[in-house]
Amino acid sequence: MGLLTDIRDSISRVTTRFFEGPNQEPKRIGIYGPPNAGKTTLANRIARDWTGDAVGPESHVPHETRRARRKENVEIQRNGHSVTIDIVDTPGVTTKVDYKEFLEHDIEKDDAVRRSREATEGVAEAMHWLREDVDGVIYVLDSAEDPFTQVNTMLIGIIESRDLPVLIFANKIDLDESSVQRISNAFPQHETVPLSALEGENMDEVYDKIAEYFA
Amino acid sequence: MPEYTTSDGEGVQIDLISGERMSNLRTMEKIRLILDGVHKGNIVILEDGLSPDEESKLIEVTMNEISPDEFTGIEIETYPRPSRNEGGFLGRLMGRDTDDNKLTVIGPANRIETLHKDENLISALVTRK
Repeated sequence: MGLLTDIRDSISRVTTRFFEGPNQEPKRIGIYGPPNAGKTTLANRIARDWTGDAVGPESHVPHETRRARRKENVEIQRNGHSVTIDIVDTPGVTTKVDYKEFLEHDIEKDDAVRRSREATEGVAEAMHWLREDVDGVIYVLDSAEDPFTQVNTMLIGIIESRDLPVLIFANKIDLDESSVQRISNAFPQHETVPLSALEGENMDEVYDKIAEYFA
Repeated sequence: MPEYTTSDGEGVQIDLISGERMSNLRTMEKIRLILDGVHKGNIVILEDGLSPDEESKLIEVTMNEISPDEFTGIEIETYPRPSRNEGGFLGRLMGRDTDDNKLTVIGPANRIETLHKDENLISALVTRK
């Protein structure tokens, strides 16, 4: 029975993906990645380009985004077609949060403890969203950092296990230390798109790929 | 799990948990077994690791248990999984990935630090309290 159920579920997933109609509900696309990869900067760039509004405040302080934030009905137009998505900007995923890290950014202890508590709740929430509530994932990495981390390995594994379409965005290509090739080599099974969300570099390709993967 | 105390009280306890033992547990039982050990300051080594879904829940439960000045979370290391796309059409159709089981090291974030990791080697530094 297990074998037949597996086959039936797999075929159902494939056929659903192939035959969804053009007037379907917007796909909910989660923006995931480690802290400080530029997820909110990217979410704001996309939201501003297509709706004129931002999603949330950006900061160099880790865990500035401590709650998943959503921008609904972002309509992206490419090559005469339009794709409507809901963007979900999530807190940077980690396995550890120490309030003392916030003290290094001139934040008082009480505020640091509150931020760390919110950050842990936000990461737990982001993991829950990933299991239950997203239709596709944009995985954002800082191309100036080593991508070979456990969080990246685990999250990509979790996304793959759920058969979610995923695009890897190699962000911060404006930095001298940036290496897009290092990210491509780390995750060769997925397409890597270089960009600078801060400077708006290569956004045409970003939107082409979003339309291609999540339409 | 039996508890022992080292002679100087400052040693590091390492729990090596066999794949067979874990296979008889449900997801939350596995997570409790791991986190109960980590809360005591132990290093937990899983012969067969966790499934992606279990890893996701481990992160979620860990986040809910972080407490200032008491528990700052976990350090976890495992070898990268091979791409599911390399498993062939039938394996993908069936959602089967026969080579998922990877040795996994988990410890308290304030006591274990990864020094190096690649596809074949994990090098970690474990410190006493």
